[in-house]
Amino acid sequence: MPKVIIKLENDISTDDIYPGRYMATVLPSETPQFAFADRTDFNSRLRAKEFGVGSIIVGGENFGCGSSREQACSTLKGYDVAVVAKSIARIFLQNSINLGLQVVLCPEIEATEGDELQITEDRVLNTTTGKAFNQVKLPAARKGIMDAGGLIPYTRKLLLARVQG
Amino acid sequence: MGMTVVEKILARAAGLQSVSAGDVVEPKVDLAMSHENAALVINQFVEVFQGTGLEPVIWDPARIAIIFDHRIPAESPKTATNQKKIREFVAANGITKFHDIRGDVGGICHQILPEYGYVRPGYVVVGTDSHTTTHGALGAFSFGIGATEMASVWSLGYAVNIEVPATIKVVVNGEFPPFVGPKDLILKLIGMLTAQGANYKVLEFHGETIRKMSTSGRIAICNMSVEAGATSGIVPGDEETVRYLRDESGVEEAIPCVVPDPDAAYVRTIEINVSNLEPQIACPHTVDNVKPVQEVAGRKVQQIVIGSCTNGRLDDLAAAADILRGKKVAEGTRMLVFPASGKIFAQALDKGYLHDFMKAGAVVMNSGCGPCLGVHEGALGDDETALSTTNRNFKGRMGNPKSQVFLCSPSVAAASAITGVITDPRNS
Repeated sequence: MPKVIIKLENDISTDDIYPGRYMATVLPSETPQFAFADRTDFNSRLRAKEFGVGSIIVGGENFGCGSSREQACSTLKGYDVAVVAKSIARIFLQNSINLGLQVVLCPEIEATEGDELQITEDRVLNTTTGKAFNQVKLPAARKGIMDAGGLIPYTRKLLLARVQG
Repeated sequence: MGMTVVEKILARAAGLQSVSAGDVVEPKVDLAMSHENAALVINQFVEVFQGTGLEPVIWDPARIAIIFDHRIPAESPKTATNQKKIREFVAANGITKFHDIRGDVGGICHQILPEYGYVRPGYVVVGTDSHTTTHGALGAFSFGIGATEMASVWSLGYAVNIEVPATIKVVVNGEFPPFVGPKDLILKLIGMLTAQGANYKVLEFHGETIRKMSTSGRIAICNMSVEAGATSGIVPGDEETVRYLRDESGVEEAIPCVVPDPDAAYVRTIEINVSNLEPQIACPHTVDNVKPVQEVAGRKVQQIVIGSCTNGRLDDLAAAADILRGKKVAEGTRMLVFPASGKIFAQALDKGYLHDFMKAGAVVMNSGCGPCLGVHEGALGDDETALSTTNRNFKGRMGNPKSQVFLCSPSVAAASAITGVITDPRNS
């Protein structure tokens, strides 16, 4: 069962997730090393691969606000963690879907570090506390992109369809 | 039911009679802007074409703008190499709206786009920068996207699966008191809305104060609309928009403006009267932590920053120079000035403002983003405090999570530079 590896407050900015001074590093293969770089403990634990695939970052309201830097998504995607947050800022949500980073909107989520969460189709179950919380569906407009596995394969399909017209 | 200005723009761009909030559309893009993060866009763009047997070809190079501003001149070999690769891509793909590191035509992307007439009322503009909301100041629907989404736009010429945002109408009336202006207004509004109060929505600005406001002021308010979570801020095009594009950007062709229908549907209307507005300040570490300057006056400041896409234009520099002329920056305080573009730099030079700053002890830097996002120069020491006319004060924003950043207008910044403590300019 996936565990909550960190519980964060409201308004976590992309400066926090991926500090500006590392923005010259752009490739998704290279960005993970700087995830939450100013939270040095958490960053070291991520880099030490302490957390399994599917481990969960729990955020509050407005997670991923601020800069449009896509590194903030690729840096997390690199560890295959999921984000469960009460609400997510527009560009970060869009970038996550585009890159295939798992994000879950869960307005009432209550969880602390170490809790085990089970993410189902429409709910998040905190199996440690026994409480269940409803999800808010991701924007339907973006379903095609999610189904294609991200915006790159989705765009590729559209391009080929256009050529084969 | 009538349409808001953004609904009208999206309907046109999607080839539809009408759209309303919540509809999903695929609007043609009129302008697609990137800065140094074009390095990532290029990487993703090439990947889109992999395995397709197609050559990576940009849909319309004339509609792409690339402006270097975030780290100029380059602070590291890595940045310099990214910039070199972008230059090569620009040349190979015939991208003409490219602004390199130059003292004449260089500058911050959000200043260059209006200055060169690249944005027009009614346009759909996307940019790989969250402050792309800025260009709503010219009556365009302009919003930030990520690099992969930009690669998709470069490939297709339209934005896929865009949900038409709902609109909040903001009506501003009254005359600004002395030393109070557009920056105080937008800070006040962000404080009222909170950092996510306009999430997924557009802020459409109206009222007598907005009508009389210069494009520079409108740029400041649309620029910071994203700090309330807004997809975009927009001032429907009007006489001032046309004046600016004709007189300052040299646009010669017709400039049709798109305005909302009188019976457009808004999710909310906010009315603000600025007649009694006081100078405002955003306190660490969120932009919505806004107070009247009076409440934090007296706090010691080690670094003053005047400039950025929010407040680095000629009128901003004039306001600061008027306060600083003949005075000195306080001992123990350093002041950095970043004109928003080469053109503004030259104008401020001609007007004597830069001389005023230098004589006062400020350091005048080249046009660019400077220390705003903590990637380049002007970093803060541990426990230091900066007072800045930029747009974000998140923890670590200026490169050091152990420092504090306050956001304010050029007048507040200049008055505080003289005293070395946060100062209400009305008392200086």
